Amino acid sequence: MMKKFIIIGLIVSAALVLLIAPFASSWPDGLERVAINLGFIEKGEGLPVLRSPMPDYMLNFIKNEGLSTVLAGLTGVMVIFFLVCLIGLLLKRRQNMEKN
Amino acid sequence: MHIPDGFLDPKTWITLDAVATGTVGLSVYKTSRKLREKMIPLMGVLAAFIFAAQMLNFPVAGGTSGHFVGGVLASILLGPFAGTLVMTVVIIVQALLFQDGGIAVLGANVFNMAIVGSLLGYYIFRAIKLPFKSDRGLYISAFVTSWLVVVISSSLVAIQLAISKTVALAVALPAMSGVHALIGIGEALITVGVIALVKKVRPDLMSIEKV
Repeated sequence: MMKKFIIIGLIVSAALVLLIAPFASSWPDGLERVAINLGFIEKGEGLPVLRSPMPDYMLNFIKNEGLSTVLAGLTGVMVIFFLVCLIGLLLKRRQNMEKN
Repeated sequence: MHIPDGFLDPKTWITLDAVATGTVGLSVYKTSRKLREKMIPLMGVLAAFIFAAQMLNFPVAGGTSGHFVGGVLASILLGPFAGTLVMTVVIIVQALLFQDGGIAVLGANVFNMAIVGSLLGYYIFRAIKLPFKSDRGLYISAFVTSWLVVVISSSLVAIQLAISKTVALAVALPAMSGVHALIGIGEALITVGVIALVKKVRPDLMSIEKV
């Protein structure tokens, strides 16, 4: 039963990225809007501390913006799912070791 | 409301990095003590869903957009500490892989969205739900808490900006809380919608022991 829930949950998450993310609003978000209006937006536009592989949820080598967003988003969905499950399993293992 | 590097001064982001490290450490400890096997895939799926939902910016007034954050949803389904943990992973991945939110200010973003969202959010949710006896309390509290937490988080961002001398509090606070009062309605609707859906298809997950 849990297996079905996981599969459906991942399909729903992937569908959000696939069907809605390319059409998401590209207007500045709340904080960016305030930073623009109050004139401090350029403070956040310096060189990044560290270069991310997919800045702004885009894969730079893909020209089509929609496809680029979808692939970056799907990568994120899978990375986060596996990372959180891995952390969960490690914490569970530590718990079992402490019990023994 | 992911803060980029450059908006906060060192004393502010170093303090928040320390506070966030301590609180996330506590969340890891608490989660590792009470975690049940069954909860692990739920944490993974919920994190993936929250990440996907955060990509979906919706327009609010005047050339401005907002997006779901998910801290309250995570804590209602998982509990305050597991919720904080899941939100922290989402925020770290967003900063490292997608440059959404800065690196030095990671602690600030974890504090504002994961800790305020899931840890504080959980106790606000419980307090508002307390007087209700029926399921209606669940939905009313989920709605009110989600909205409230977005407004609180955005106000904290304004305070952090002011402490950093980036902008005066007198202009930042009304601007941030004002626009996020609108975005918070979206947050509240999504939280209530997802909870109603989970309650309908998998009511057993609602009564899973919270961590």
